[in-house]
Amino acid sequence: MAGYVTHLPSSADAAERPAHLNESSAVRRLLIGIALLFVGLVLVLPLLTVIVEALERGFKVYLASITEKDARSAIRLTLLVAAISVPLNTIFGICAAWAIAKFNFRGKNLLITLIDLPFSVSPVIAGLIFVLLFGAQGWLGPWLQAHDIKIVFALPGIVLATLFVTFPFVARELIPVMQAQGNEEEEAAATMGAGGWRIFWKITVPNVKWGILYGVILCNARAMGEFGAVSVVSGHIRGQTNTMPLHVEILYNEYQFTAAFAVASLLALLALITLAVKSFMEWKQRSAAAAAEQGGVHLAHPGTEH
Amino acid sequence: MRIQARNIKKRFGHFQALDGVSFDSGDNRLIGLLGPSGGGKTTLLRILAGLETPDEGDILFDGRRVNDVPPQKREIGFVFQSYALFRHMSVFDNIAFGLTVQKRSKAEIRERVEYLLDLTGLKGLEKRLPHQLSGGQKQRVAFARALAPEPKLLLLDEPFAAIDAKVRKELRKWLKAMINEVGITTIFVTHDQEEAVEVADEIIIVSQGHIEQQGTPIDIYLRPRTPFVASFMGETHFIADISGLKGFAQLGRGFKAAIRPEFVEIGKKGELPVQVAETGVVRQVVFRGKDWHVEVQVGENLIAGYRPVDADPLKPGEEVLVLIRKLHVIDENRCATVDNLGLVAMNAV
Repeated sequence: MAGYVTHLPSSADAAERPAHLNESSAVRRLLIGIALLFVGLVLVLPLLTVIVEALERGFKVYLASITEKDARSAIRLTLLVAAISVPLNTIFGICAAWAIAKFNFRGKNLLITLIDLPFSVSPVIAGLIFVLLFGAQGWLGPWLQAHDIKIVFALPGIVLATLFVTFPFVARELIPVMQAQGNEEEEAAATMGAGGWRIFWKITVPNVKWGILYGVILCNARAMGEFGAVSVVSGHIRGQTNTMPLHVEILYNEYQFTAAFAVASLLALLALITLAVKSFMEWKQRSAAAAAEQGGVHLAHPGTEH
Repeated sequence: MRIQARNIKKRFGHFQALDGVSFDSGDNRLIGLLGPSGGGKTTLLRILAGLETPDEGDILFDGRRVNDVPPQKREIGFVFQSYALFRHMSVFDNIAFGLTVQKRSKAEIRERVEYLLDLTGLKGLEKRLPHQLSGGQKQRVAFARALAPEPKLLLLDEPFAAIDAKVRKELRKWLKAMINEVGITTIFVTHDQEEAVEVADEIIIVSQGHIEQQGTPIDIYLRPRTPFVASFMGETHFIADISGLKGFAQLGRGFKAAIRPEFVEIGKKGELPVQVAETGVVRQVVFRGKDWHVEVQVGENLIAGYRPVDADPLKPGEEVLVLIRKLHVIDENRCATVDNLGLVAMNAV
């Protein structure tokens, strides 16, 4: 849920506060020290451990562990699951945000609450729901077996569990943006003759594109990293239903530490790339906003004013 | 284009926004919907645009019922109060939007946009984004964008509300001239009576979901037909009973009336004919920039009037003559304008 809190104002404000409004230097150092220590212990140290452990027996072993047959299969499956669930949830997220921001209908508040449900339900329970629904002993189990459809312990189950867990990201990101923008631009386009499809692609989407991208990035990171829900429905069949996080666990339980950390390092790398892309986008958005302000300053010149 | 509304009703939840509104634009070109905020003007405008559907009643464009015609097909231009410019598009692309929808050729679009940029004085700004424009410039872009697809009806929602007072006056003149040049039927919403009087050929006064009066600005000003219109247009003072006033006594007992200061003369003894003027005591004198605004106690009533700057100044407590030349008699929900009959008789002699 990092997406909610990362829109920080550009810093520098704190440093420019006059001395008499600032806390004493001892307090400042203590606070900064605690924060850094905490981040170091909880975030940086584990990340470093992953990389060090992964490369402990040299780069060759590292490379071998991530190109080994089962590892390759796990990577493929993870990418496939993300490739299915991220677009689906993006479409759903845009639809839901559109409906919530632009229309009034019965059950709107219920929908908003339900969208948040996956955040509040433990992922393990999310996985269990699908086992209870589609498993051999589940409600729909006998019917599915009769028609030879496999959901649990197969790709569809993993995709469903991932969909459930990553359900809110895009919608949550878009709803406030769309609500803030209101309806008028769309209405203006309609009075100029534009149909619904054109309004959506030419007016709505360009206005929320940063929100969509942001939601997609977070959704993708979670889809690739999800463990709990997927673990329950996957069945851990090597080379078939193991995603990367599950593969890491299996390797670790089999005392193949280097291999486990090697695959884990790939996931960590993904996390770092996600963070980098996210920061880059925030920076781009900010510089766009700054450019806008620059443009605004131009107006102060009397010559350009009408 | 002739616009007609027949018994339009619209309710939002428990709020009756429009309660049986009917009007006929006739062949008038520039119509102002005037009234206090929350009176239903904007709702009426949005119904004309097709952005809201009336619960009851019909909208006719040139005699054709358009209730079921979507906004896309009504051939209208709509200027929003907040302008609603497409924030990610340049000025050029904003104006060109409606033309691209009509699938006109690139050359044709360029030509029409250039023409509109010229017409609205936006030359040189075509590459700017909306947030790089001043309020007045945004207003012009919104106007040009609405005109680009050559609509038959232009609808403007509080077009000057977001612009500061000085620029607003210029834009009013500009808008009127522009609409005359383009020659398009226009309906605009405003809560500012000065703006309506200055810009509109015809004013429709809307309050609490119904139409109070329709007419030319001067007609509405001189002959308000309801107490609401009398009090909304210009400055008015109400008096409880006119039967004691000279020149109006023959109307009978018990009528209330609204009096405008511009129809009241206030003078020292000898300046006004005493047969038709009341006697009173000055309560308050305020300099209003171009004349004195004087409040006089006449019996139980407080009557206000103007006195020229170059006339002898009056002081509070001074005894003066008050000549009411005209007032608006109120009978429940109706209102009629009556001249001072004593004065009329005197002038006839």
